[in-house]
Amino acid sequence: MSGLLDDLKDSASVGFFALLIFGPFIGLRLTDNDAGNLGIATRPEALALAVIAVFAARLLLLTWSRYRPAKTTTSLGTQVQKTGKFIAPALLVFAVVMPLLPGLPNAYIDLGVLIMTYVMLGWGLNIVVGLAGLLDLGYVAFYAVGAYSFALISAQFGLGFWECLPIAGILAAFWGMCLGFPVLRLRGDYLAIVTLAFGEIIRLVITNWVSLTGGPNGLLGMPEPTFFGLRFSMAGGPGTFAGFFGITPAPWQRDAFLYYVILGLALLTNWVTLRLRKQPLGRAWEALREDEIACRSLGINVRNTKLTAFAIGAFFGGFAGCFFAARQSFISPDSFTFIESATVLAIVVLGGAGSQLGVVLAACVMIGVPQMLQSLQIYRMLIFGIALVLIMVVRPRGFISTRRPTVLLGKKPVAIGAELRAEGRG
Amino acid sequence: MTVLAVTDLTMRFGGLTAVNDVSFSAERGDITAVIGPNGAGKTTLFNCITGFYKPTVGSIVVSPQVGKIVQLEKLPGHAIARKGKVARTFQNIRLFGGMTVLENLMVAQHNALQAATGFGVLGVLGIGRYRRAERRAMELAKHWLEETDLLDRADHPAGALPYGAQRRLEIARAMCTEPALLCLDEPAAGLNPRESSALNELLLKIRDGGCSLLLIEHDMGVVMKISDHIVVLDHGKKIADGTPLEIRSNPAVIAAYLGEGDEDDPDAPVAESVA
Repeated sequence: MSGLLDDLKDSASVGFFALLIFGPFIGLRLTDNDAGNLGIATRPEALALAVIAVFAARLLLLTWSRYRPAKTTTSLGTQVQKTGKFIAPALLVFAVVMPLLPGLPNAYIDLGVLIMTYVMLGWGLNIVVGLAGLLDLGYVAFYAVGAYSFALISAQFGLGFWECLPIAGILAAFWGMCLGFPVLRLRGDYLAIVTLAFGEIIRLVITNWVSLTGGPNGLLGMPEPTFFGLRFSMAGGPGTFAGFFGITPAPWQRDAFLYYVILGLALLTNWVTLRLRKQPLGRAWEALREDEIACRSLGINVRNTKLTAFAIGAFFGGFAGCFFAARQSFISPDSFTFIESATVLAIVVLGGAGSQLGVVLAACVMIGVPQMLQSLQIYRMLIFGIALVLIMVVRPRGFISTRRPTVLLGKKPVAIGAELRAEGRG
Repeated sequence: MTVLAVTDLTMRFGGLTAVNDVSFSAERGDITAVIGPNGAGKTTLFNCITGFYKPTVGSIVVSPQVGKIVQLEKLPGHAIARKGKVARTFQNIRLFGGMTVLENLMVAQHNALQAATGFGVLGVLGIGRYRRAERRAMELAKHWLEETDLLDRADHPAGALPYGAQRRLEIARAMCTEPALLCLDEPAAGLNPRESSALNELLLKIRDGGCSLLLIEHDMGVVMKISDHIVVLDHGKKIADGTPLEIRSNPAVIAAYLGEGDEDDPDAPVAESVA
């Protein structure tokens, strides 16, 4: 029974550290004393409860890992990959009919738009991080470029959303190339630092170039997307969506339309990515992630291949930014901080770098869960954080860590385990 | 008819001269071997020829087809496979481990396929010549899978193959670039005698298919049996150049392999490994 003794020792030491950490947080409490000054009260019973909970949890975890049947995580991944054939279409059908469900509160459609935006950003970044293996911590820069391009061009030239959309994408792709050139020689951590700095540079330029971008005050009054020229207005009347179809104007019409716009844009991103994966370019991206030197020896132009990955990833980031600006009708540098880049990167990594379905699942978890937990108030982020840690412990290479080959000689579907796949060193 | 001519090649890393004023040429349709003790500069020479290093001094001329010559040292690294038709394998195998065997061979045909996609746009939309190009690429891949005895493993991840199969796959991948000169860096390293003799047959088949070979090898069994021409390097300098028969009895080569001034049994190591 030395195993149990070891477990107990281990749990006791974890409990001790819990005591150290929770001591000041839970054991002490600020109070008002009678004189109206701050005083300190102690809560030994709450502290004891927390430490015992940690001790018990650790003991349970250890016992479980000792007695659970030996099972590799990849087999689970293969299962998900197999059922993925059904999950993906089911999710797609749900995504299409979701806003039309009767009696659905508007807030859910709004949440759907938010999640879809992140799905699109995740799919865009997946090209750079998941396929080409280039760790990009500054993806929000292209999101910002797309949003500000739309805001400025629509204000200057009076163009609408649909005219600005491709321009925003192209400008973002241009900046993607601008970032790509200097970082071509960098790898891994160094690449991550430079891309991080690039994201901050774009944000700081936007903040400080007050005459052009309005600085911290942001920009207002972007036109909303129109349905073949029909606006969504609560007033109704000619030239509006409700007026043209002869229905009563309602807020959900606009929200549902926005939802379908971002759904369409996201599906476009997905379609292009899936097609490109089966193309020489997509295969070259993945080969680059696996081994850059071998790519060079096979005559693949590493520079151009990396640049296209940056440019195409940025292009879709620009699309998403343009949509974001159109939906909000207000943008400011506050929307494009580093935490956005980190969130999108977390979605890609949590989903399993390179997996399109994984990005959708991860976006639902990363964006949906904190919103769903609103009612838990201050414990929201605590639970969210614990959930993320647990997910990464159980599935260290993301939800879907297996890779599906782009071309097969036989008929049998194959899934390549994460242990063989390189993560890319830039 | 030379396929490769190296003239006065010198490669210095700071104060260290790894390759010192080496000149040799390889004939079209020959298997040319570069041998030498460890640290003789063989791999450096190889990296110069395949564009991974830019030589300090000297020129490397390759003739991808009769009547056409390309100055390799002036090309950027990635253009050497395309314009110079030089392919290579690596001493420590460099496969795309997370991709299948077939995918590895498709990546090798990147340039031919990419040209058919019309900047990727036609390919994404599924229009144009891309389908035909892809079918042709599959045929070529299948051909080399058969030659290297990997056809039944085409859909396996390359990283999960046994060592010998990985070596063969690397050769198949290099051949899928349709090279005029295939450079092999110690292809027989780590192979058992049976695999090694299968490799000999494969290399001879490649040569008979019209591709010239340049190989670095330690296994004298392989070198003496299949090469038509041997270049011997020692301390970055060429010390001998000739047919296997000439090399076997060359005193400078024997001295280099044994260490100079050691007169005990001069031809033992070479003779032993040949037998």
